[in-house]
Amino acid sequence: MTATVTPERSGAGRDDKDSFGRLVHAEWTKFRTVRGWVIAVLIAAALTAGVGLYAASGPQTGCQPVGPNGPIGPPAPCKPANPVGPGGEAVSDSYYFVHRALSGNGSLTVRVTALAGRSSPPGGGIAPGPNQEQNFTSGIQPWAKAGILLTASTRQGSAYAAMMVTGGHGVRMQYNYTGDAPGLPGAVSAASPRWLRLVRAGDTVTGYDSAGGTHWARVGVVSLAGLPATVQAGPFVTSPAWVQTQNSGPTVATAVFDHVSARGTPPGTGWRGVSIGAITGSNAQGSSLPGRLHAAEGTFTVTGSGDIAPAGPGPTNIGVPADDGFAGAFAGLIVVIVVGAMFITAEYRRGLIAVTLAAAPARGRVLAAKAVVIGSVAFVAGLIGTAPVIPVGTSLLRSHGNYVFPMSALTEVRLVAGTAALLAITAVLALAAGTILRHGAGAITAVIALTVVTYFFSVPLAVLPAGAADWLLRVTPAAGFAIKQYVPAYPQVNNVYTPQHGYFPLAPWAGMGVLCLWAALALWLAAVLLRRRDA
Amino acid sequence: MRREGRMSETLHAEWTKLRTLPGTGWLLFGVAAATVLVSAAVSASVSCSSAAACHADVTKLSLTGTYLGQAIVAIVAVLTVSGEYATGMIATTLAVMPRRGTVLAAKAAVVTAVTLAAGTPAVLGSVLVGRLILPGHGYTPANGYPVLSLADGTVLRAAAGTILYLALIALLSLGVAAAVRDAAVAIGLVLGLLYLFPILTQVAGSPALARHLQQIGPMTAGLEIQASTGLRGLPLAPWAGLGVLAAWAAAALLAGTIVLRLRDA
Repeated sequence: MTATVTPERSGAGRDDKDSFGRLVHAEWTKFRTVRGWVIAVLIAAALTAGVGLYAASGPQTGCQPVGPNGPIGPPAPCKPANPVGPGGEAVSDSYYFVHRALSGNGSLTVRVTALAGRSSPPGGGIAPGPNQEQNFTSGIQPWAKAGILLTASTRQGSAYAAMMVTGGHGVRMQYNYTGDAPGLPGAVSAASPRWLRLVRAGDTVTGYDSAGGTHWARVGVVSLAGLPATVQAGPFVTSPAWVQTQNSGPTVATAVFDHVSARGTPPGTGWRGVSIGAITGSNAQGSSLPGRLHAAEGTFTVTGSGDIAPAGPGPTNIGVPADDGFAGAFAGLIVVIVVGAMFITAEYRRGLIAVTLAAAPARGRVLAAKAVVIGSVAFVAGLIGTAPVIPVGTSLLRSHGNYVFPMSALTEVRLVAGTAALLAITAVLALAAGTILRHGAGAITAVIALTVVTYFFSVPLAVLPAGAADWLLRVTPAAGFAIKQYVPAYPQVNNVYTPQHGYFPLAPWAGMGVLCLWAALALWLAAVLLRRRDA
Repeated sequence: MRREGRMSETLHAEWTKLRTLPGTGWLLFGVAAATVLVSAAVSASVSCSSAAACHADVTKLSLTGTYLGQAIVAIVAVLTVSGEYATGMIATTLAVMPRRGTVLAAKAAVVTAVTLAAGTPAVLGSVLVGRLILPGHGYTPANGYPVLSLADGTVLRAAAGTILYLALIALLSLGVAAAVRDAAVAIGLVLGLLYLFPILTQVAGSPALARHLQQIGPMTAGLEIQASTGLRGLPLAPWAGLGVLAAWAAAALLAGTIVLRLRDA
């Protein structure tokens, strides 16, 4: 009938790449000429920044003394809460150290014959006065440590290498707070002692262990750059705090050392015992108590408390998470989900889809062009919204006396770019859901339920047990929120690794990968349906 | 015989429109199914093996599905208004019944009725599931957790209050939809209003500010009606909390009515 005229489009002869560029341009024109969408995206950026900064400007309780019935007294400025390790990360560095100077190359050997521990009771029953440990119950922490330490200095946060027996993880070699290598398994006792040795040659420290003191096995080699000519070396003991969901309390460990021998020590210097980083005075709720040394006939009995390890947010640590500023992204996220879904459902509602598909019959490519436009727009909005939050928010938090965990510049970039990517991928997911359902309200509710509501169930609501919450944060699009984790979880550190404390079950980019997978699958299904359906 | 302007006619018209939409039945079934399923999943995943792992408030726990069910209630309510704008039906509706306030009132009545009808099985199903599952996970009378029963005044208040809560969410959504017309924008606003407050509360920093946010948030305040333990420590008393949500719903309906009257449909 009227199908006699088939207009040749001027672009018909151009190559594919060019025509996709035209499609993107057409979709971009549609986006920018709808005033409501442009305003909405600006609002998304403003909400992300505004809510984030609001969250960062609020807390003033970072170092407020806490009593049994909540905070007591006015907020006090924080002392420097965590020392900073050689890698720039926050660390715990408190232990009892029996040390002497070791000049040049040399070695240190000891035998450990016993390791036992005692814990403060739940609810913090630390007795005031000199006998702080009178209410303690016996029991060793799995990561209580006793062994020998070679450190650049006794200042907290110094570079070190150590060989140690632990409460439940056998012999380990640990170095510079984050390094950890396993040695002989099993617990230490008088019947089954452990020999430990550290050998220094230049900047290189090698750790050995032995069950009998004759056959030695190498556990690890570490290079400590810039190690001074004279280092401090000797036996040490420490025991990390016990932790439960929101509580923690100090523990102590006591170890017995004999056959202590050092080669390379300048003559005339004796062993000196010192508590590194112990919290003394009236507020002994901290995770480290003063230690002590009993030396008799070549045998050292050493008691220590604390940990030599990277520090992260958790019940043992004061401080506010630097990702509080991330709260704004949830507001931004809801807005870009609405715009993302409407970007296609509005075409169905107004019948524009017929024109769009008539002009560009390759339906999959139309969808791809829409995804490129909405993803880019959401990414830019996320970037603008998040970029000021981390630096400004962190300095706001610090100005209110809060302790904020240090973050490398690379982590800051990842947080900002990751948040922007989260907004972008979620907007694409909403676009795909809108195409599949052809129904704005349904698509928006589905995507908000899969992302924001799932996160809400897993983290703030805290009604699910940890296992179920972890499972949700692995397989649903809410896995993408893992991008905001900024302190890694370490298996060799006692802590409560839950999303409430900022630790996600998946690594940041793996979580983002799960979200991308959802978006890709939804986009594929949307393209298939768009091709098959009668628009 | 002047029949136009009669509320009963308008009500009947709105009921017919809602009843004959293909999606309504499924959505209402979805409200009940989602609520009961989430409640059952949460009840089945918790365990009270040690005192530290036990949730204190079993009644609230068994009604967890409300957090998801309310989102579907919001869709139903938004679509009764926005659906008409999408299809142009609104012009016919307002031509037949020029009193716009009456139209919105009739829509509110119909939406409230269907929400109560879907909310009742949702809530009763959740309590029943909690009653059947929770004792198997350590929440036994021996551990200090009586079996959930509607004969218990607190449980009855929580259950009846949750049904009312869902109805108020429907009214809030209806008011927002009347004000902004577009379904997508309305649902985004409603869900943002509901879920952002608890997330903001978490990062509020000072406990006083967090408490204040919980008192004014429509979801955080409204769901105080589910609390059965620790009532003294709540930011708001249960019925006062539901009152806050009612105020939100009233404000949204008022805004919707005003905009509907002033605007050219």
